[in-house]
Amino acid sequence: MKTIYKKLFYKRLKILFLFEVFRGMFFAFKNIFDSKATLNYPFEKGPLSSRFRGEHALRRYRTGEERCIACKSCEVVCPALAITIDSSMRENGSRQTDRYDIDMTKRIYCGLCQEACPVDAIVEGPNFEYSSLTHDELLYDKRKLLSNGDKWETEIFANLQKESLFR
Amino acid sequence: MLVEKNNEIKNFMLNFGPQHPAAHGVLRLILELDGEVIKNADPHIGLLHRGTEKLIEYKTYMQALPYFDRLDYVSMMCQEHTYCLAVEKLLLCEIPLRAQYIRVIFSELTRLLNHLLAITTHALDVGALTPFLWAFEEREKIMEFYERVSGARMHANYFRIGGVSFDLPIGLLNDIHLFISQFTSRIDEMEEMLTTNRIWKQRLIDVGKINCRQAIDLGLSGPLLRSTGLAWDLRKVETYEVYNKINFFVPTGIYGDSYDRYLIRIEEMRESINIISQALNMIPLGLVRVDDHKITPPYRIQMKSSMESLIHHFKLYSEGLIVPQGYSYGCVEAPKGETGAFIVSDASNKPYRCKVRAPGFMHLQALNSLVVGHMIADLVTVIGTLDIVFGEIDR
Repeated sequence: MKTIYKKLFYKRLKILFLFEVFRGMFFAFKNIFDSKATLNYPFEKGPLSSRFRGEHALRRYRTGEERCIACKSCEVVCPALAITIDSSMRENGSRQTDRYDIDMTKRIYCGLCQEACPVDAIVEGPNFEYSSLTHDELLYDKRKLLSNGDKWETEIFANLQKESLFR
Repeated sequence: MLVEKNNEIKNFMLNFGPQHPAAHGVLRLILELDGEVIKNADPHIGLLHRGTEKLIEYKTYMQALPYFDRLDYVSMMCQEHTYCLAVEKLLLCEIPLRAQYIRVIFSELTRLLNHLLAITTHALDVGALTPFLWAFEEREKIMEFYERVSGARMHANYFRIGGVSFDLPIGLLNDIHLFISQFTSRIDEMEEMLTTNRIWKQRLIDVGKINCRQAIDLGLSGPLLRSTGLAWDLRKVETYEVYNKINFFVPTGIYGDSYDRYLIRIEEMRESINIISQALNMIPLGLVRVDDHKITPPYRIQMKSSMESLIHHFKLYSEGLIVPQGYSYGCVEAPKGETGAFIVSDASNKPYRCKVRAPGFMHLQALNSLVVGHMIADLVTVIGTLDIVFGEIDR
């Protein structure tokens, strides 16, 4: 009987002196001294894996020839219908694209195009900072995609090599 | 002064949302108020309607998968899981054991992701900001796992028909283990701020009460149904993948109020940690997708070296997989409740019909019965405890 009263007494005491409120506040206060979880974004960036699906790029072979053979697998597989391709035969008999457009405002970052590509031509590179002020700048044509490929080739190649075990 | 005697006093009508920050998206409610007491709450939906179900009818089975990520955009992989299960049932394909374990691990990580958001935004609505900030730090870590495994932080497109798209990268399981071993103390921190806090308790206890009968009649599932005392969990009652090999328990409530649901969500997070750690210990080596190239694409190295694989590759990515005629329902215990996909196939490469059973839709229809008789301030608590996401309600 005594212990019940004792328990009840302490319970009332805790309520009276805002025990759990102070305990919570102490916990919150303690967090001030923990290391910061935030990143100073434009100067610090979070880690990216080699699978990251960012901005599209069209790759070239080392000779400078385009990889894309205009098989249109990516165009067919794209769930958002963001890719448009026109193709024709070149003088040397190779099939190449005349037009390779990606609407970056339509695409949904699913990664099916780079999986479908049999020659690793269209890839989703590690770049995610390509915002623009106008809509038109996000309608990528072949020239833009190839220049992306040239710009990011080292990173893309390293990523593809890392992923070659899994894909 | 003469006062007109049959002057009727109408209740005050209030438009809540669709841009109200406490409405978790684009919820629009027409509230009928008597003073500050809610007489009737009428949810208006459809502001985020994207026609997913109709779109899926025009996509091949492979293309339809990314749409499921975008239904309930805080529990992405669980939605993919429903679709994959439904199609796999039609294809009669048994996925490799390693893929099943990967699916279990990532389903449970998704549960953590969802519950962290659900609990802490609920707390934010009620007035506690601190746990919200802590939870987003943890969510960031889980989304990093998503990114490492699939390449996208949220809309993963990782579970595929016949397994998962890629094997886990080297070192990921170790990092998940490190994460879950510290995560328990993170939950403790959150509980320290909320569970015993008198304001939190006063706002939650006896708010949005529901009994078991009502909950079943309204079609509720997940933590809402379990808060009434019924241990209904699809992982147990209609087990899928390897959940029958894993030892875990289903937390249930007693009173069926918001506080019970909060405690259940906390406890489910702890159970998820338990499940993940068991799965990490049991995961075998092996294939991660079915070795049938009519269903899953061949590996790149095969595709480059063998003609047959190349044909399979092209066939699969252009025409897609052909699913036998019939219908199937795949359902999983998503963090919010029973998420299901009903697929009717006409033996072509596209689903004839795809119906999504979204738990949020059922939960929203219970809103009126939960909230009548409460104050406006309690409405926010009830919306928080329902854990609704408009991607899946409006579809």
